[in-house]
Amino acid sequence: MDDARRRPLAFAAFGLPVLLWLGLFFVVPLGIVFLYSVGENVSITRIETTWTLDNYARITDPVILGLLWRSLWLAGVATLICLVVGLPMALVIATSSPGAKPWLLLAIMLPFWTNLLIRTYALLNILGTRGRLNDALGWLHARARALLEMFGLDGLGLLAERFVPLTMLGTPSGVIYGIVYVSLPFAILPIYSSLERMDKSLLEASLDLGAGQWTTVRRVLVPLALPGILTAALITFIPALGQFLTPDLLGRGQVDMIANVIERQFKKANDWPFGSALSLLLLYVTFILLALRAFGDAARANRPDRARGLPA
Amino acid sequence: MNRQRHPAHGRRRFLMGAAAAGISLKLPAGAFAADGEVNFYNWDTYIGETTLEEFEAATGIEVQYDLFADNAELFAKLRGGNPGYDVIVPSNDYVEQMRMADLLLPLDHAKIPNIENVDPLFMDPAFDPGRTFSLPYMWGTIGIGYRKSAVDAAPDSWSDLLASDRYAGRIALMSEPTTVLQLAMKTRGHSLNDWTDENLAEAEALLIAQKPRITAFAPDNGQDLLLAGEVDLAMEWNGDILQVMEEDDDIGYVLPKEGSIVWEDTLAIPVGAKNVENAHALIDFLLGAEVGAGIADYVQYATPNAAAKALMSEEYRTNPAIYPSEAAMEASETSVFPGQERMRAIDEAWTRVKAAG
Repeated sequence: MDDARRRPLAFAAFGLPVLLWLGLFFVVPLGIVFLYSVGENVSITRIETTWTLDNYARITDPVILGLLWRSLWLAGVATLICLVVGLPMALVIATSSPGAKPWLLLAIMLPFWTNLLIRTYALLNILGTRGRLNDALGWLHARARALLEMFGLDGLGLLAERFVPLTMLGTPSGVIYGIVYVSLPFAILPIYSSLERMDKSLLEASLDLGAGQWTTVRRVLVPLALPGILTAALITFIPALGQFLTPDLLGRGQVDMIANVIERQFKKANDWPFGSALSLLLLYVTFILLALRAFGDAARANRPDRARGLPA
Repeated sequence: MNRQRHPAHGRRRFLMGAAAAGISLKLPAGAFAADGEVNFYNWDTYIGETTLEEFEAATGIEVQYDLFADNAELFAKLRGGNPGYDVIVPSNDYVEQMRMADLLLPLDHAKIPNIENVDPLFMDPAFDPGRTFSLPYMWGTIGIGYRKSAVDAAPDSWSDLLASDRYAGRIALMSEPTTVLQLAMKTRGHSLNDWTDENLAEAEALLIAQKPRITAFAPDNGQDLLLAGEVDLAMEWNGDILQVMEEDDDIGYVLPKEGSIVWEDTLAIPVGAKNVENAHALIDFLLGAEVGAGIADYVQYATPNAAAKALMSEEYRTNPAIYPSEAAMEASETSVFPGQERMRAIDEAWTRVKAAG
């Protein structure tokens, strides 16, 4: 492929449909949403763009700010868990034999191909008070008690008399679990692709030079995989922020996130201007994160070569 | 593509394929003159098992059947312009809202001879005087589904759900802002259409206080939670509870003594419908005596069709879960559309309830 500057006509020919698509199906609808966000309802079905800031002002309501904070918190925790769980998994796949690699990748990708709703309903089945998880824990509890009784140790209070099922649904933990479950494939793949391209001999060199396992991970592996990790963080965090299905189903409607409010504005409340303002707020957060990421990339590109893992 | 298999016929095969694709594209509705089609937009599991096939056999009109989850989705779809539906099934308060937004076509009663089958009680409601824009389809109530073995006595008041801690941790409410707040107002003795600021604040406070004892705000699956044993009390539409009562004898339904919301689902034709004639034909068919009986038998809701009701079994007609007692009906009310400004106050109160705790 030649440089775009040397073949401007070819670049335009290939680029034009893409730009047209982007313009028509991304920029234009967002523009309409923006016009709604500075408009107001003049009748039940019509919105007029009056360039009012009322809708944005409503966001300063403490309840909305509280929900925003809770959404950022839940999405952040879920992203962190995805990264902590995803990095080792990606490492395993990246360092596996060429025969095993496609199977491992398939195992990660297969959930992608199942509908999000079905996966969430499956979790409902597993995490409920009478779900599979509690069934299994209850069974273990009964066996443990039987064992204690056999040795006459049951009166010592080592194990609770009755098994109290874990309440996972209807709590923030349940929602976080649901978001992690749904986002993990998204987190693993960018980290994997970053690790795949990494020069494994650098890890060996680090170990040979006397750094311990943990130091190698901390000072060689993670910095090299950083672009992948940051991409994974973005890909996980931004959709997690906009989740409304998981709070509704796994949160049992008890753990509302900001997207639940947005969904209500477009349906039951019939207040599209306010819903648009809230939606754009999430978009602004996304743009800020992407901009920070871009600045980070530029800064790293300008640093001396040593920091990029290449020989000085 | 293996070049050797299709040497010189590449372009010819492509053109043939394109022609075949072109012929298989749907021909415009007017192509088959007397028959054509009708686009029916309805709630899920809200029609008899063979009703639409019977309609197609009787009239030759093809039915395109689509489903929506709630009135708000129906309204959101239609407010920007009719995307192609001919018959819709809005509830009473949404009929009002749609009339205010000029989204409904007046019905031509002359084209609906089965209108005679409708019980006169339903022919002149406040939300659609003279039934200019809608005709009744099903009606029902909202009440409490409960597990008989888990309660010492059948719950008889909304306070059991909304104000008491007797069943803490075993309660499911609906995920419907207007409905739940209305019933909270009823628990406090107000009319469920009396949306004053004080009443709304009282309802909101009641719900926030009760929130720690509530297990779930169920989006239309409260009856599933009840059946699965996740909750013992569920606020639900009567038909939904009746459906799980079929599967589990241990489940009962009660209309609390304070009264409840009597709702009515209607058949209407949205503005911009392309098959108005066929739409009238479908509505007429659905209002038939036998067809109505078939639908009522399957969905287990109350039918406003007097001729259909006469054909139903004794068990159906005397079932208090389907046809509540006089006293219960006296205490119950029909929901009126609160107006856009009040809808905003209701939504803000609901957001506070959901965000609390």
